[in-house]
Amino acid sequence: MALLHIAEPGESAAPHQHKLAVGIDLGTTNSLVATVRSGLSVVLSDDLGRPLLPSVVRYHEDGGVDVGYEAQAEQARDPRNTIVSVKRFMGRGVRDIAHRESLPYDFEDVPGMVRLRTVAGVKSPVEVSAEILRALRQRAEHSLGGELVGAVITVPAYFDDAQRQATKDAAKLAGLSVLRLLNEPTAAAIAYGLDNGAEGIYAVYDLGGGTFDISILKLSRGVFEVMSTGGDSALGGDDFDQRIFCWILEAARLKPLSAEDARLLLTCAREAKEYLTNHGIAPINALLNSGERVDLKLTTEVFTEITRTLVAKTIKPVRKALRDAGLSVSEVKGVVMVGGATRMPQIQHAVGEFFNQEPLNNLDPDKVVALGAATQANLLAGNRGAGDDWLLLDVIPLSLGLETMGGLVEKLIPRNATIPVARAQEFTTFRDGQTAMALHVVQGERELVSDCRSLARFELRGIPPMVAGAARIRVTFQVDADGLLAVTAREQTSGVEASITVKPSYGLSDDEIANMLKDSMAHSKDDAVRRALKETQVEAQRLIEAVQSALKSDRDLLTDEQYALIETAVTRLQTAALGDDRRQISQAMNDLEAETRTFAAQRMDKTISKAMAGRRIEDLAGDETGSEKTGEHA
Amino acid sequence: MAVTLSENAAKHVAKYMQKRGKGIGLRLGVRTSGCSGVAYKLEFADVAEPDDVEFESHGVKVLVDAKSLPYLDGTELDYTREGLSEGFKFNNPNVKDACGCGESFSV
Repeated sequence: MALLHIAEPGESAAPHQHKLAVGIDLGTTNSLVATVRSGLSVVLSDDLGRPLLPSVVRYHEDGGVDVGYEAQAEQARDPRNTIVSVKRFMGRGVRDIAHRESLPYDFEDVPGMVRLRTVAGVKSPVEVSAEILRALRQRAEHSLGGELVGAVITVPAYFDDAQRQATKDAAKLAGLSVLRLLNEPTAAAIAYGLDNGAEGIYAVYDLGGGTFDISILKLSRGVFEVMSTGGDSALGGDDFDQRIFCWILEAARLKPLSAEDARLLLTCAREAKEYLTNHGIAPINALLNSGERVDLKLTTEVFTEITRTLVAKTIKPVRKALRDAGLSVSEVKGVVMVGGATRMPQIQHAVGEFFNQEPLNNLDPDKVVALGAATQANLLAGNRGAGDDWLLLDVIPLSLGLETMGGLVEKLIPRNATIPVARAQEFTTFRDGQTAMALHVVQGERELVSDCRSLARFELRGIPPMVAGAARIRVTFQVDADGLLAVTAREQTSGVEASITVKPSYGLSDDEIANMLKDSMAHSKDDAVRRALKETQVEAQRLIEAVQSALKSDRDLLTDEQYALIETAVTRLQTAALGDDRRQISQAMNDLEAETRTFAAQRMDKTISKAMAGRRIEDLAGDETGSEKTGEHA
Repeated sequence: MAVTLSENAAKHVAKYMQKRGKGIGLRLGVRTSGCSGVAYKLEFADVAEPDDVEFESHGVKVLVDAKSLPYLDGTELDYTREGLSEGFKFNNPNVKDACGCGESFSV
């Protein structure tokens, strides 16, 4: 018990400076806000006692905005101005969006992040998300009775820099200070108290409305490390509804349906799915507008049978994530279930069977991410008790690297490196007298720049002119705890520096990440061959430049005949370097080197005699070892 | 209904008030906040509010607003020394659970 002191009227110090902090699960379908009250995480409900806020925003002509259930109710009537699942558009260009033809929105094709045209004007996904966050912030301030010091917002573990940055921007726009972006699976693990002394490998199986994510976490001495992630961005509870819907159509032998009847039956399908969670058989009764009557009974057995392939589809990424992490099933100590769809018994069963253990499911799977985020927010706001010190370590979903000569990628930070992380590497100039260097930051697993995603470009200027290869440029990649990248380049001798914080105009979709990973494995051999070829070509180019530069400065050392021979060898190498036969290039390089050997020796003699000119032998003898050595050669 | 000061606490309050040079007494109260729900308020009082309940303890006037009183009824404010620090301490019989740091509690 702390001892108190008397304060001036009205100035009693609030305990912990009144630090109100919340955790926000900004979901694709639904969002939630939670906080720590009396030492326990609780989800904050709205005035009507509803914990979820549908992630739906509707814009009115007069500039008014509806968020949540109100907006959702009007979705069918005003689809163009009612934005659902905006999370899929965060940090994406218009070309990144899958099935955009089938979406009711009016996309504006602008460079960078996609924009949506609504009656209230052009809106970016960041603005739409900000409306959702603002609604949650108001709910929290209303129910906690004070201003928030900050929030922890959860994002999928595979979110790239662009998507994380977009989420941060949305929070700023909503007037929230972001204490930390937290990976959703990590938040779920925290909610289950896995931070309290638990050690070992845990899997987080997150089946939401429209997305599936699997993450493998490693906990050791209170440190969370996301070892690998995987999933399917187009698989979720909605697909199970769809299967029941199809089953109804077939079982009741219905004629093609009107849009309204289809919606009615989809609702019936969802209700049946939810009913089957606690019952063995679900009645499906509906009177369609077409006059047809549906009166069916769906049993758990049939439901399990018709969704068998869907369940299997979730297990495949699980297996892959384990393989990525280099682990076997038996090493997994616990499985955390997240997302409303994991309530389905066949999911529980399949996951239990795969991992050979009962999954953890005693917390509400819809709330578990928000609860964990609230716990983390409470700690970061400084409301910590004794022993509450733990670190969170997350990973980078795709390698970060720099373009080098010939369009090759030099990876500085490998995939799955834990963050925060900083890596530095030295690069050098390619040409004599080069005073600037273009730096191109890319993300991806492939060897060639053209196969990776470009994140940012910047230039380092003011490098003092030096011969090629003499400049030492140290490039540092730094990824902060939120997964955002800053790149700094510094020329070591002169100290000139340039840096950039990567705020790419758009990022990678999770599909793209998945495809790029697949590509890199499928092409790894192919890539190695191409890389070797590129390297040889770059090497050849450098040799040509060096010889040409030497010819220019020391033409007088050569007879016309020698000069012509070298010229021919250079031309031959130039031609070879344009082709893709690596052996031929190497051969031409060897030839050129042989041809210039005498020339190189002559040049060296010349340099040395220049250095010794005007000096006497006695002086040279007293010189340092380096000079003596040169003297011997001379 | 009563809120009291220990003799030691009263002595220190009187000393602090004398040093401050003004004020009619001591105001105790609670407000909702902190990690365990409710936190104490301990302030000098310059004016009495209409809904204040007044107590007199060892010559010190203690003001408690009516809303806080149910949380503080039966409390004795003490002045103690713990380790290297000394200060006031609420001995509140209503407290069921306090947070680790003791700055807030729940009833």
